[in-house]
Amino acid sequence: MAIVLGIESTAHTFGVGIASHTGNILSNVNHTYVPKSGGIKPTEAAEHHSKVAPEILAEALKRAGLRMRDVDAVAVALGPGMGPCLRVGATLARYLALKYGKPLVPVNHSVAHLEIARLTTGLSDPVFVYVAGGNTIITTFNEGRYRVFGETLDIPLGNCLDTFAREVGLGFPGVPKVEELASRGKRYIALPYTVKGQDVSYSGILTQALQLYRSGKHSLEDICYSLVETAYSMLVEVAERALAHTGKSQLVLTGGVARSKILVEKLRRMIEDRGGVFSFVPAEYAGDNGAMIAYTGALAFVHGVTIPVEKSHIQPYWRMDEVEIPWRQK
Amino acid sequence: METKIAQLAGLIEDRLGFSIESVLGIGAEAVLLKGFLSGQEVVVKYRLKKNYRNEDLDRILRYERTVLEAKLLSKATLTGVSVPSVVLVYPEEGILVTSFIRGERLKEYMGTAQPENLKKIFQTIGREVGALHEANIVHGDLTTSNVILTQAGEPVIIDFGLGFFSNRDEDAGVDIHLFRRAIESTHPSLLDTAFNSFVKGYREARGKEKTTQILRKVKEIRMRGRYVRERKRSTSPDKPH
Repeated sequence: MAIVLGIESTAHTFGVGIASHTGNILSNVNHTYVPKSGGIKPTEAAEHHSKVAPEILAEALKRAGLRMRDVDAVAVALGPGMGPCLRVGATLARYLALKYGKPLVPVNHSVAHLEIARLTTGLSDPVFVYVAGGNTIITTFNEGRYRVFGETLDIPLGNCLDTFAREVGLGFPGVPKVEELASRGKRYIALPYTVKGQDVSYSGILTQALQLYRSGKHSLEDICYSLVETAYSMLVEVAERALAHTGKSQLVLTGGVARSKILVEKLRRMIEDRGGVFSFVPAEYAGDNGAMIAYTGALAFVHGVTIPVEKSHIQPYWRMDEVEIPWRQK
Repeated sequence: METKIAQLAGLIEDRLGFSIESVLGIGAEAVLLKGFLSGQEVVVKYRLKKNYRNEDLDRILRYERTVLEAKLLSKATLTGVSVPSVVLVYPEEGILVTSFIRGERLKEYMGTAQPENLKKIFQTIGREVGALHEANIVHGDLTTSNVILTQAGEPVIIDFGLGFFSNRDEDAGVDIHLFRRAIESTHPSLLDTAFNSFVKGYREARGKEKTTQILRKVKEIRMRGRYVRERKRSTSPDKPH
């Protein structure tokens, strides 16, 4: 059995997890940088990661009851993500690989969100709705890779809601706060509903929602309700299209926005009407975390995926559909 | 779902005098029924109410999409592009009745097709899509599921459910981008053959200059997607520290 230590540092979270390729999560320790004001400043987030890294690493090993010499390989999320943040995780991973003579395993952060969802939901071949602060993607496995069926043409859903929350003074993270207000909204105000084929667009709806807020003519509750209602319905529609197009019947929600109660409820209703199975990743593995990198790294490692330290460049623009998935049958 | 279709069948049989022969398909958005209306072989597209979304939003989307789809099909027919023809529109119920196209979906055909036949088919599709774009019709959901090959082997583009009118290169570009990606995601190995033939046909319909302009747009749209490597070509890959 392969035991792999995984490092996550693509955006605002620094995490270390330890997992086996059989799906045993031995530890998962994470710390998230929250900016005092505004959005994530990559250099400040990176500074945060450097500060917490030694402690997080020690804690992950301690909780797993292991020492570095007990792990078979070191996995790291080389992308996609923010350059300065990625560099912290990559540097630590290279150091550990060299110091302890461990193979280094490159992991695509997005693929890790999918694999941890497959593991924790037990659904083996789903259509994934992958929604986070930095990603909005509908994807499923086909011919050796995770193929992107639909995605945002501009800003991600998490980013749309977080930005709205910040601009109207609700703070970060925005999704739960917007949802709480939305649950008290009553009146639906039409907002730009933009579905292009299997892709969605969230920039127009964000602008329009902010204009509604600034006009002072509507309650914030109604605006939040309309925003969430429109933005989520677009995503559910595209997910349903992907199910219809691929003929698959399993649906999984993963990524940070998987904690959203309203989105979960909408997807559940869609699946109930259409017939099929729906599940979502548990909260602990919804946001960015080290365990998902460790587990995906372990799957890759037992299928011979490693990278020499000198070639382990970070890849801020690494798309999930560029990654071969040797651990799944074509 | 079965009870829903039964209710629907009752509704349109009573009100429209439609006799149902079979359920053609249950799509993401609508149920397709095949049958006869005044002796004509037709398809009834019924846009389903969606429980997951707000009722007002649901009503607006179903009404507007039904009306728009009928307009798009009519304009396409007038332009000379072969699409199903409109028989009846009933937007309050989200119902659109069109003529029935007998044949096989391109998606299924692609698995078994000879490369030469594929080239010819995609060239024709390119020409048809070019003609649609010339008429300011954007399909909005070009996939290999939305092209029917008639028994004569002629492709017919169906399902204008997400279409709209536009003369912007941007929208034509998104149409082509989506079609390209649909081929890429379901038949990756056939992408180059299929897409090159498509472009050849498109050029025939729109001319060299316009086609080059649109293809530049297609590339731009692809780059706009998140995490596209080509987008960052100007910066060299980061070196390990």
